[in-house]
Amino acid sequence: MSEIEKLRKGSRIALSRVLSQVENGTETGKLALNELFPFTGKAHKIGITGPPGSGKSTLVNALAHKLRKLEGEPRVAIIAVDPTSPFTGGAILGDRVRMLDLQSDPGIFIRSMASRGALGGLSSQTEAFSQVFDAAGYEYVLIETVGAGQSEVDIVNLAHTTVVVDVPGLGDDIQSIKAGILEIADILVVNKADLPGADLSVRYLKTMIEMGYRPLASSAGKHRLGETTANNLSSTVEDSESLWLPPIIKTIARDATGVDELVEEVLKHKNYLIQTGKWQSKEILTLRELVRKQIASNLIQNFYDQVPEDLLEEQIKLVVERNITPAAAAEILLAYNQKRNNSHLSE
Amino acid sequence: MSEQKIRVLIAKPGLDGHDRGAKVIARALRDDGMEVIYTGLRQTPEMISEAALQEDVNVIGLSILSGAHNALIPQVMKKLQENGQQNVLVFLGGIIPEDDIQDMLNQGVYKVYGPGTDTRQVCKDIREAVLAKLAE
Repeated sequence: MSEIEKLRKGSRIALSRVLSQVENGTETGKLALNELFPFTGKAHKIGITGPPGSGKSTLVNALAHKLRKLEGEPRVAIIAVDPTSPFTGGAILGDRVRMLDLQSDPGIFIRSMASRGALGGLSSQTEAFSQVFDAAGYEYVLIETVGAGQSEVDIVNLAHTTVVVDVPGLGDDIQSIKAGILEIADILVVNKADLPGADLSVRYLKTMIEMGYRPLASSAGKHRLGETTANNLSSTVEDSESLWLPPIIKTIARDATGVDELVEEVLKHKNYLIQTGKWQSKEILTLRELVRKQIASNLIQNFYDQVPEDLLEEQIKLVVERNITPAAAAEILLAYNQKRNNSHLSE
Repeated sequence: MSEQKIRVLIAKPGLDGHDRGAKVIARALRDDGMEVIYTGLRQTPEMISEAALQEDVNVIGLSILSGAHNALIPQVMKKLQENGQQNVLVFLGGIIPEDDIQDMLNQGVYKVYGPGTDTRQVCKDIREAVLAKLAE
């Protein structure tokens, strides 16, 4: 039996080995993805992001526990990404430390992943990992990003549902209206809600959402935003705009306070996506982005395969001497390759 | 394309609560360019082999200061056997009496380190061992 068949039959060791092949970008890994891809598209991918130390891992731990208790005991995969050192290429992957009590459950599979130089909060292979888990029959794939600041927003292209974790005391209302991580949230969590300032954080987030969805807020009249929005969801789905207003949930991940509510909102969001057709359109968006990335990386690879080393060095030297701009050098090199390809074609 | 990285699981089996050594080693391996999965204190042999399986590591580094190595190491090795993880190299560090070292090696531990070990030596040993294993 091949590794792929074993994986599809539920072998955890085959799954683990395939993940390594995929992560290292080997030929075996690529072939595995080819074989597995037709079986993907079923899992609900949930992204968990937020600043370092906000409790993402602990929250993922609590969330996975609750998801396992849902009807049918769905299997849960966790991809936990931590940063790679830009200096040594090494990494400490410490998210498992917060997930020790999940380890004895055979319906949960946790895989740590180093970002390996990618900057958007994930690794370049995180999407591929989610495909492998999806094809292996995991109904939920939880993806924990590296501790994110303001612009690590790649998760939104990958996850169906993005949960942004905030904690009390991280900044004022100006922080909350900036572009970036907060605006990608489908669900906002204020974790460590037993710390002082939790209500203030909730208020800032609520203000942010009210500003973002003003037309709907005013048309809904008495509609109060924030924690009450979830109750009004059925009516908003029927709106022509069919907007989802991110609910704000207070949690204390350590003792799972508020996590039942979080699970409820996650499931509601899934229903919302399916009912409004957004599940499908998100899928298209994600796959389109994957094709785009692949084209970009192939083009760059082709370019470097074709361009003569000495011509490249010559142009770089000109740039270093401030004779031409980097943009001009790129144009010269691209034009050279273009010309070469054209003459190949006419031969 | 991504290159292959050496992946190491660092764990402390048993009940002693001193994880400074484990953290120093984790940091040293990181600085040597390895990916270190740190699982911390109070791990059972089952938890260690399961984590190693899910993370598909090349190496498990165990730190034991409690003197329970004679009880714990055979259990870890047995679990790894049962799960078909014979390829994983096990390194042991901590307070291991001279008299026990040979027994640990007989159990299948690849190398045993005591206090005062130069972390660069550990990195070098791990690299060499993993390369030799991959070449098999």
